[in-house]
Amino acid sequence: MIDPIAIRVLWLREMKRFLRAKSRIFGALAMPLFFLAFLGMGFNRMAVPGLGGGVEYIRFLVPGIIGMSLLFSSTFGGLSVLWDKEFGFLKEIMVAPVSRISIVLGRMAGGVTTALIQSVLILFIAFLMGFKISSPLLLLLAVVFMVLISVTFLGLGLVFASKMRDMQGFSIVMNFVIFPLFFLSGALYPLENLPAWLRALAYADPLTYGVDGLRGALIGISSHPVMLDLAFMLAFSLFMIGLGAYFFEKSEAL
Amino acid sequence: MPAAIRVERLTRRFDGFTAVDSLSFDVPAGELFGLLGPNGAGKTTTINMLATLLSPSSGSAQVAGHDVSSHRHEVRRSIGVVFQEPALDTKLTGRENLTFHAMMYGLGRDERRLRISEVLRLVELQDKSHLLVENYSGGMKRRLEIARGLIHRPMVLFLDEPTLGLDAQTRRHIWDYIKKLNAEFGVTIILTTHYMEEADFLCQRVAIMDKGRFVALDTPSKLKDMLGGDVVTMEIRGDAAAFAESLQSNEWVKSCRPHDSSLTITVERGERRIPELIQQAHAGGLQVTCVNLRKPSLENVFLFYTGKTIRDQGAGQSERSRAMMRGHFRRRR
Repeated sequence: MIDPIAIRVLWLREMKRFLRAKSRIFGALAMPLFFLAFLGMGFNRMAVPGLGGGVEYIRFLVPGIIGMSLLFSSTFGGLSVLWDKEFGFLKEIMVAPVSRISIVLGRMAGGVTTALIQSVLILFIAFLMGFKISSPLLLLLAVVFMVLISVTFLGLGLVFASKMRDMQGFSIVMNFVIFPLFFLSGALYPLENLPAWLRALAYADPLTYGVDGLRGALIGISSHPVMLDLAFMLAFSLFMIGLGAYFFEKSEAL
Repeated sequence: MPAAIRVERLTRRFDGFTAVDSLSFDVPAGELFGLLGPNGAGKTTTINMLATLLSPSSGSAQVAGHDVSSHRHEVRRSIGVVFQEPALDTKLTGRENLTFHAMMYGLGRDERRLRISEVLRLVELQDKSHLLVENYSGGMKRRLEIARGLIHRPMVLFLDEPTLGLDAQTRRHIWDYIKKLNAEFGVTIILTTHYMEEADFLCQRVAIMDKGRFVALDTPSKLKDMLGGDVVTMEIRGDAAAFAESLQSNEWVKSCRPHDSSLTITVERGERRIPELIQQAHAGGLQVTCVNLRKPSLENVFLFYTGKTIRDQGAGQSERSRAMMRGHFRRRR
């Protein structure tokens, strides 16, 4: 069923494309870095309600921005099936004698890797800006969260890609799915400030647990126990792999 | 010989429109089989179903002995497909595209190298294999795709309009490859085209397709013989059907088919019969606006069965790029 060679070759393709598109790397990094720089500086001296006195806003913000970068690049990664459809290459993939689940996993492997590279770059730049992590060991846990967040939203992107015929629905997905997921996740502010009904919605957002887990791993502050975040993210990512694979399998390549 | 392809009442509908309408046919192993018809006749839809990319609405098809609905994986393993619209990754080099394909089909490293250089030589792209495909010309892309379709040595190769939009020289080249492939490797080839001369030159048998159905299926020479002589096409003002009926009473008229405002009449030595035909039309009070005489060709066969020339609706060569731009509107068909 699962074909490791097919997964590897799809991953390899993604890497080649990614490394050749320098502008894509810069483009993908620009928005998170602007958020980080401007929000970080702008809110620097403000006490964030619900955070207590000891935490600078920039420390609070870095995990959120990493979560944001993962959300965007992974959802787009899933949606990029539509580009392959547009350029015809999807047909080449679909007539190949490999199982559909291998194709989905190969795509995810590529998408996770590119999203991780971007996150690590953001983290690195944050270090240069003076960001400090609580413990180097927990950095590994942060990477685990990054992978799970990425997988979850790659799955989501695949679901949308299977339901859409071309890139025309892109802005709808952007405005009505990705941005609400981002703002609801607590990436920019503590969820404790939201009214109860909105907070309930936030708890249905996978990114909420992802960002909270990242925060726990990177700065040692989180709203929930980190293990709870981890459990939720594991469940979300497995569910989204399944859902993405299911929709991808059912969609026709033409 | 065992059948490479066996199709029974294969049908595909799209939102109430029937693109392929209850097709049945067999293709024996090793044959070069052509599907000839205008755009929209259902050729590509047929190919897509045989290549497991579209599910049939009803009916069944077997490729290399495997059912296209229930044994997709086995079918995929035995076929190669060259699609009508390019299906290359333009951000990869020519060689990388081939490597990707070879790996997807499970070829080991050494085998892969060997076969890639073999197919590159076949399509004469050795010198260009390190270039990104986005820098390739249309003809080079097509050749690369044909090369790719051959790497894994499929039993059945589907070529969907293999020479669409190519210049005459490249087309000739590709024809030679196709013939060679079929003759030397015994690959069964299913080719779609709307170029008469292509079907005539390449195919051992040709199915003429129109509106989702086969209107004729035979060898090119038999199809032409069937017309039984020259074809005279007359465009007239007036009742074509009635005139056709009256013409049938001439014993030298072998067949006569009325269409909307024209007739196709089969006669021997057509050039000597034209004056008489015009006379009879005038006698019947009809005005003849245009007369055309053609010696048998597949073009006439097509005209005879469908009442229109294939070019009335076929895409011109320059239309390829436009066709690609509106690809996603059309692709559902």
